[in-house]
Amino acid sequence: MAELDVKHNLPGRLIIVEGIDGSGKTTQASLLRNWLSAQGVPVFWTEWNSSILVKSTTKKAKKRDSLTPTTFSLLHATDFADRLSFKIIPPLKAGMVVIADRYSFTAFARDVARGVDREWVRSLYSFALKPDIAFYFKVPIKVSLKRLLSVRQKLKFYEAGMDTGMSNDPVESFELFQSRVLDEYDRMAEEYGFHVMDAVAPIQVQQKQVRAVVERELHDYLAPYIAKKNAAAVTANAR
Amino acid sequence: MATRQYMGNGLPYIDLSETTGHLIVVEGSDGVGRTTQLTLLRSWLEVQGYGVIETGWTRSQLMSKTIDLAKAGNTVNALTFNLLYATDYADRLENEIIPALRSGFIVLADRYVYTAFARAIVRGADPEWIRQLYGFALNPDLVLYLHVDVNTLIRRVLLADSLDHWEAGMDHNTGLDPYDSFMKYQGRVIREYDRMAEEYNFVTIDATRTVEEIQVDLREAIAKEIDIPHDLGLDRVEIAPHMV
Repeated sequence: MAELDVKHNLPGRLIIVEGIDGSGKTTQASLLRNWLSAQGVPVFWTEWNSSILVKSTTKKAKKRDSLTPTTFSLLHATDFADRLSFKIIPPLKAGMVVIADRYSFTAFARDVARGVDREWVRSLYSFALKPDIAFYFKVPIKVSLKRLLSVRQKLKFYEAGMDTGMSNDPVESFELFQSRVLDEYDRMAEEYGFHVMDAVAPIQVQQKQVRAVVERELHDYLAPYIAKKNAAAVTANAR
Repeated sequence: MATRQYMGNGLPYIDLSETTGHLIVVEGSDGVGRTTQLTLLRSWLEVQGYGVIETGWTRSQLMSKTIDLAKAGNTVNALTFNLLYATDYADRLENEIIPALRSGFIVLADRYVYTAFARAIVRGADPEWIRQLYGFALNPDLVLYLHVDVNTLIRRVLLADSLDHWEAGMDHNTGLDPYDSFMKYQGRVIREYDRMAEEYNFVTIDATRTVEEIQVDLREAIAKEIDIPHDLGLDRVEIAPHMV
């Protein structure tokens, strides 16, 4: 069941974006989505921690503050399994491009930063499909912190890793916790062949690189869509 | 007492050195009579002066409602179920079982990870994956396995109640009627338990006999494990009328 190492052979393509909170990965992924859609490519979007089955449980538990690193990890794995079965595999079977905002690597980074065993969490997710393209938006903690605090007043409890008890000051806790998360991402970049993006660069510069990677890696998949679009453009010009 | 150990990689952030209590598991098929036996064991142990805490499969504060909801709907597949069960167990392990063992209680577990192994494997999970998943689980001190054959089991279950959708394995045996599905599913679960009995050193107890006979065997096995010095009460199994 070690499917994270094996290329899937479904007709669709799976693109995932990873990075710490405030790295700008969601911005980049939605720009990519718009571009693909404009090419006529059918795109399906899915986010971390969004299955109906688990969402309410996670929310309640977070409020009660009864989650341990292990139950936190298992709840997210359950959510992921549910989404994989209902939201990721069906569109891939239908030949669509699935863009996942965070994937199992988020769990590998965060859960290990919270103290679970590195090998255990990897075996936990061994049912996951290997993405066709994995982008990692790498950003210094100071930058992500500035971005997060510019759009809202406060850091969230879990995002700041306040549950780990490393510090009672949210900003300090964020820095300590997210630097552990960063270490884990860096460790994975090679292990899983991430496309590492300089997430400090201007948005449009990053997006240009993202699109270039997608065009290159998904060349065969995209070819019919691009041909169709070019043919339509030629017809329009001829008129 | 031997050093307490995890089944696999364990919980790196938890120290087990002070868990002086005892973890005793009662396993066996749906309808085999585990609950009756556990109630009798609990009162016997309490009469002996031991502090007892019971913990039951799927009954965690965190997950019991979610699991009931998932069972009521039909939107959950085998993989998700395995993970829901594991989350439930993890919550009970960290919030009930380990704290109780630290305080010196006897923890009586109604089902344990072996139930998860059997059910998952019968539903097609990779045996290695499900064991790794529970690598954070605690090795129990004693596993008491109430064994029956499927022919005895079906009659007991039918006399107690009608066949349940999940107990009959109808979630994955499509096209079978409830009887055939129950026999096939529970038969396979029993074979998995039997296989594990050897792998994990279960004390296998013939559960086709009377409640009293079974209880005497259970008490003997526990007395041996936790070194109960006197007055086993082995010859005085008193059973309330509603349990017969």
